Amino acid sequence: MKPTRLIIVAVGGQGNLLSSKVIGESALIANVPVRMSEIHGMAQRGGVVESSIVFGDAKSTIISDGEADVLVGFEPSETLRALNKCNPSTVVISNLAPMSPFTVTVGSGVYPNLNKLQSLIRAKTANLIAFNAELLAREAGNVLSVNMVLLGALIQTGKIPLTKETVQEAIKTKTKTAFVESNLKAFELGFSKANSLA
Amino acid sequence: MHKLLTRQPGLKMLLLGNEAIARGGLEAGVAVATTYPGTPSSEISLNFFQISQKSELYFEYSTNEKVALEVAAAAANSGVRSMCVMKHVGMNVAADALLTLAYVGVKGGLVIVTADDPFMFSSQNEQDNRYYSKLSGLPMLEPSSAQEAKDMIVDAFNLSEQLQLPVIFRTTTRINHSTEIVSLGNLQEPKTKGNFKKDPFNYVTVPAVSRNLHAKLLEKLDKAEELSENSAYNTIYGEGDWGIICNGVSYNYVFDAVKDLDIEKSVRILRIGFSHPLPRVLIQDFLKACQKVLIVEEGEPFMEETVKAFAQEEGLTISIKGKDEHLFSRLYEYNPALVRKCLATYFGVDYTPGSGVDLSDIPEIPQRPPSLCAGCSHRATFYAVQKAAKGMETICPTDIGCYTLGFMPPLSSGDFLICMGSSVGTSCGFSKATDKKVISFIGDSTFFHTGIPGLINAVFNNHNFTLVVLDNGITAMTGHQPNPGVDMKALNFEGYARVSIEDIVKAVGVKHVSVIRPYRVKKSIETIKEALMYKGVSVIISQEPCTLFTKALKKPRGKPFFVSEKCKGHRDCINDLACPAFFIKKNRVNIDPVLCSGCSVCAQVCPEHAILPLKN
Repeated sequence: MKPTRLIIVAVGGQGNLLSSKVIGESALIANVPVRMSEIHGMAQRGGVVESSIVFGDAKSTIISDGEADVLVGFEPSETLRALNKCNPSTVVISNLAPMSPFTVTVGSGVYPNLNKLQSLIRAKTANLIAFNAELLAREAGNVLSVNMVLLGALIQTGKIPLTKETVQEAIKTKTKTAFVESNLKAFELGFSKANSLA
Repeated sequence: MHKLLTRQPGLKMLLLGNEAIARGGLEAGVAVATTYPGTPSSEISLNFFQISQKSELYFEYSTNEKVALEVAAAAANSGVRSMCVMKHVGMNVAADALLTLAYVGVKGGLVIVTADDPFMFSSQNEQDNRYYSKLSGLPMLEPSSAQEAKDMIVDAFNLSEQLQLPVIFRTTTRINHSTEIVSLGNLQEPKTKGNFKKDPFNYVTVPAVSRNLHAKLLEKLDKAEELSENSAYNTIYGEGDWGIICNGVSYNYVFDAVKDLDIEKSVRILRIGFSHPLPRVLIQDFLKACQKVLIVEEGEPFMEETVKAFAQEEGLTISIKGKDEHLFSRLYEYNPALVRKCLATYFGVDYTPGSGVDLSDIPEIPQRPPSLCAGCSHRATFYAVQKAAKGMETICPTDIGCYTLGFMPPLSSGDFLICMGSSVGTSCGFSKATDKKVISFIGDSTFFHTGIPGLINAVFNNHNFTLVVLDNGITAMTGHQPNPGVDMKALNFEGYARVSIEDIVKAVGVKHVSVIRPYRVKKSIETIKEALMYKGVSVIISQEPCTLFTKALKKPRGKPFFVSEKCKGHRDCINDLACPAFFIKKNRVNIDPVLCSGCSVCAQVCPEHAILPLKN
């Protein structure tokens, strides 16, 4: 099975690691070879969290610059920052709800313009699917389910070797019982949104 | 039930490398496990801690790595299987115990896990701990995957008992923090009580004893080399005459690169998993079958040096390269593309790397550095110290923990840091070698770890500085582990005592000791001012629970604050405190009520008293 390489970037606290876990558990259910690696040194202190997930026949758990097949960004400026992982064939999925870093608050940085950000990513990659995942997470009943919304959009693209049903099963069995319903709803909303943008 | 206690051999489970290592310990019947927490090893001990509540495993968070190794060494010499877990720099602390324990050896298996951190994702250096195996004369194993890590731990225990030596189990961050599908083995019931048989002429390392023991260690090493020659972890793949020798995660990158470059038929790969002592004959025979050899290992040229020496013994003159300005660096971690490129370069394979995207027109993206949490008590303490020391020329040695982040502006409270506990020792030096006011910072756990000897030194040698102990009641940085100052009863853990930092500081003879609650800003500044004026060693203990931990425990926190109409835009709150709960909207300061912990420090700092608690 030819390797598929997925990078997920997020700000600490956005639930990147849970979405990676759901993806991993889905792969286990579906008997798809999977290896993942994550850097979360100071995630709880507002830093960036990056997960690499490699499906198929490869032993490496990390993804070199320019070698991601899919990039999922939970925060627009972080999606842009991770563009070094992409190539012209990469499919990018991004949340459009910004979380302005503190460096912007204190005036030592400027948050990129969202329209320009999208046109840059669109021009350099195969496809950009971008929408406000936070709104959909709210609609699903839990603002913290941004991760599940984006997971839904990711699965809709068909770019990773996992089916909708398998991922739904993993959400049911591997996320906290109290949140299963809102997680499933968020997943569905993300899936439909990506479908409508396709 | 804890998932690592699952009794279903053959079951496939998605496991983090560190979980796989902990499971390996359980499958080997480990009975005693000790640690001082440190990333990237932290989850191994976190799992042991949880499991110890529900099984016969004895686990402890020891005060430091040296103590942790001593506890494990005694248990192992009582015939009980033991494991001692630490990050790479922890091995430096444990080294005194390690090097003579190698002479004494063990009876029950002892596996020492050292988690190295190439690229320093969460460490102060990227030292290569493989050299500890050479320095100590101990056997070393290195896994390449989570599955192998689990299986190898079991073999490490068997090896340890076979050789009667501790075994060093060396990982790197990408093994610890990679997640894979792992197939479980059988759990082994631990033998929790052993018997220590007195044998002082083999256990008490006076010179006459050690002279014998060193000779015995060398004999054991010869035996270890034989085992390394025949170890299933030192394996050759392929029959080509381009040789590649690799270890750990590098093996994965080599494996993928060889496939990507389509040179499987040309190469011969020697994967080294039993890496000290290196298998001399196996390597020499490998070299003889090769036209040229590339050594792929992150970190230092540990294998390269020895392989070159082995080649010299056999009079082999083939090209052997590894660390080289055109090939591999001693810096940072490797990745698949880098290894692919170096293989192509060295073996002369036609290869054009895929093109990424042009990044030249990407605007500068604002940095997102980790910062102290909203409402972190350390921020309040740093602020108060800064205010109290206003006008003084200061040097502020700091230490290892979340509070190290205080070195960033605007708190700018950190001028020097080399290792755990160094805040105190270096304060002694700075106060003697300069005329500046020395104010140092150390956390509660680090104080217990290696801060105390420095403080005793300061009292005895009559140094002149102020030490601020940032006591947030938990080891926060590595994920909220207990330390001797923690109120374990309040966390519903039985069987622990509690050690008071204040009592220790007073007992070692510090004459000026004060305790502050940093959220009371004005009072804290006054108290700190007094301590700073004292000639000699003064200690301030700043007590306030870690706000992140309080949140995790779902304990009540203060009501969030908001910026009222009274705000005149001085922005002292943002400029002096830099709390991440602040944000600017329409050129006005706002507070994110979700992030705000209600510490009220900004409200006390605001010159207009414009920051007020939200009313429900």
